[in-house]
Amino acid sequence: MKMHRRSFLRIGGVCALGLGFLPAVKVLAGSGQSRVADDPNALTGNRWAMVVDMKKCWEAGKRDCADCIAACHQTHNVPDIGNIKDEIKWIWQEPFDNTFPDLKHEYMAEGIKRRSFIVMCNHCDNAPCTRVCPTGATFKRRDGIVVMDYHRCIGCRYCMAGCPYGARSFNFRDPRPFIAEINKKYPTREKGVVEKCSFCEDRLAFGQLPACVEACEEKALIFGDLADPNSEVRKILRSGYSIRRKPDLGTEPKIYYLV
Amino acid sequence: MRMYNARGILIGLCIFVALITSPFWFNMGKATSAPVPSLDTPAIRQMQEKVCIEGKEFMRTQHMELLRDWRNSVVRDGRRIYVATDGKQYNMSLQNTCMECHSNKEEFCDVCHEYASVKPDCWTCHVDPKEAN
Amino acid sequence: MLEKTLNGSKWYWSWIILLLALMGVGFASYMHQLSQGLTVTGLSRDVSWGLYIGQLTFLVGVAASAVTVVLPYYLHNVKVFGRLTVLGEFLAVAAVIMCGLFVFVDLGKPSRLLNIILYPSPSSMLFWDMVVLNGYLLLNILIGWNVLDAERKGVTPPAWVRPLIYISIPLAISIHTVTAFLYSGLPGKYFWLTSLMAAHFLVSAFAAGPALLILLCYFLRKVSKFDAGDEAIKKLAVIVTYAMTVNIFFWGLKFFTAFYSQVPEKMSTLLYLFVGYQGKGNLVPFMWIFAILALAATVLLLNPNTRKKEFTLKIACAAVFISLWIEKGLALVVAGYIPNPFGQVVEYVPTVPELLITIGIWAIGAFILTLLLKIAVSVKEETELSLESARYAKTKPAIVSQDNGKTVGM
Repeated sequence: MKMHRRSFLRIGGVCALGLGFLPAVKVLAGSGQSRVADDPNALTGNRWAMVVDMKKCWEAGKRDCADCIAACHQTHNVPDIGNIKDEIKWIWQEPFDNTFPDLKHEYMAEGIKRRSFIVMCNHCDNAPCTRVCPTGATFKRRDGIVVMDYHRCIGCRYCMAGCPYGARSFNFRDPRPFIAEINKKYPTREKGVVEKCSFCEDRLAFGQLPACVEACEEKALIFGDLADPNSEVRKILRSGYSIRRKPDLGTEPKIYYLV
Repeated sequence: MRMYNARGILIGLCIFVALITSPFWFNMGKATSAPVPSLDTPAIRQMQEKVCIEGKEFMRTQHMELLRDWRNSVVRDGRRIYVATDGKQYNMSLQNTCMECHSNKEEFCDVCHEYASVKPDCWTCHVDPKEAN
Repeated sequence: MLEKTLNGSKWYWSWIILLLALMGVGFASYMHQLSQGLTVTGLSRDVSWGLYIGQLTFLVGVAASAVTVVLPYYLHNVKVFGRLTVLGEFLAVAAVIMCGLFVFVDLGKPSRLLNIILYPSPSSMLFWDMVVLNGYLLLNILIGWNVLDAERKGVTPPAWVRPLIYISIPLAISIHTVTAFLYSGLPGKYFWLTSLMAAHFLVSAFAAGPALLILLCYFLRKVSKFDAGDEAIKKLAVIVTYAMTVNIFFWGLKFFTAFYSQVPEKMSTLLYLFVGYQGKGNLVPFMWIFAILALAATVLLLNPNTRKKEFTLKIACAAVFISLWIEKGLALVVAGYIPNPFGQVVEYVPTVPELLITIGIWAIGAFILTLLLKIAVSVKEETELSLESARYAKTKPAIVSQDNGKTVGM
């Protein structure tokens, strides 16, 4: 009697385990074909990058200008939580010492020291965040943009630990109450996922430049394809000295600063 | 055959049966009629030819798969144009395509979902048109 | 064998009820965290991993330490550890379950937990951590249970257990190495970016784990008839001694590299931990407690007189466990984020809900360990009793297992 019961339970257990595989197999098998096309107006590129011309931003720009930040956060429903613990920001300002801690020194020109730099996700070519994500929720697309898949993110925040630039924010709470005016054309995120600058890939798909680039009246933000030798970004980079944040880490950031 | 611990087993069995049939007890007398999603929205009223991206039967059975495929195509491949069976092209967007016509989430989407006790978690992120107003 | 957990003294049941109460409170606190989000914790945009992941790191070490008993016994025939292997394996089971729970409560979207299996990412160390931790858990459950079951029946364990035991040895090393790799491969976190990380983790684990095992042995000696034996405890104490000494040495290495090179990124976190940085230092008192306890423990352990005496050994082991909990469960993870990528110090203070959830999970681990040890000790008491009586009667031991007159089933 004992032996029969045991074998029965063992076989039953293995069967149950086998049945449990079925949903996993279905997910992995995927669905049928999808008919997909591309918008002819879409901006396409292989290595999207941005040049931030700080001189234009400071000298010609109006005082306390935050047009790029406002445009980005408004377009993408980035909440204003109001405290540094839970705050979410895709693009913001940091002083020179914080942006380039390896370059700072005591006798830096006042003009540089007291001004703020615009910082955001660098969409690194060799991004540590995409390497460490356990679900592939953040990944590098063919066009060079580091994308967040908010549907897949489990909120483990390993990418936040991996990012050397502090570019990522986590939704510690439900963001909706903290969005002043929801842009109906773009979703929000929910509590429990990590978010960051998207290089406006939703706008690029319809032929529009990133919101921050468009919003800047001084044209201090220049967006373009590094793989195209004739792009604006390549021309500007050829013409003068440019620096990037923490280049010695090997991440190959794609935000270039003209100081 | 003698049943050992009969009292304990029978009491436990009764409790188990009561618990496992509890959904039926809770829903006794609450039967509702089949859901009828409403297509009465300003956008649909204005349409000349009232057609959706795909046919009604397809949508009824496969809108979940369609939305999932759209999600993967948009988010992971960055490709946003859907070519429908009739050849028309649409932007793959729940918020900006589907909800443009079906702007009455409570009378359309929710009606069937509540009946089937399905809780899709789209709406914590994707903006319900009524909510945004 | 599970039915052995149902017989116990009033102390046993009071302990169980206390643990259940703590688990209940922790669970309620977690429900609160689920509904509000992780804002109820002390975590922030700058310090995005804290107490939960610290506990994971510490407990992976405790789990890995089973190898300090398994390896000598199975590979080098150190017979005195024979009684302890099952204890070590059950401790590992409880510890790994706690690890999984701490990861779970730390997730922003726990309902999507299975994504890590549905969409495997071999480049991610978290993925491999999940793989090896679950493998190690499964192995230890299988090995511990079957070896114990065989002991209960008075037979040798089935042949397939042996290869599993051999696999569990490098797997134990690997679980802690992979956990160390979580940290030591991140370019932006200078405190963590050191090749020494995995070695330091292992050494710290081989001090904390066996220290806990020693304390458990003394405890079991007091509350049951199970006695691991003075020789086994002595050998374990030697392991703790060597591990703790190397651990202190490794801290010395850290300090040398940072302060001899004078590289700011290397110095800043150590300064923050031990004297404060940018005017902030809420971990400083903890680090000094760690330092004093660790040094005191090492002195007590190195001196053979104090190491061999039960009273001083117990103090030393408690000091080892507490100091290494501070080192790994609190300081290491949090300090990696300080200073933040902008060179600023943003501090972390765990909140009450966070602490309650943490205590709740520790209670779950203690609960599982209690149940497993109760089973192990009951089985060992019985088999040793029957072996004793068999030796007295000079006959072969009868395979008899009776629990209050009821025949023990599967």
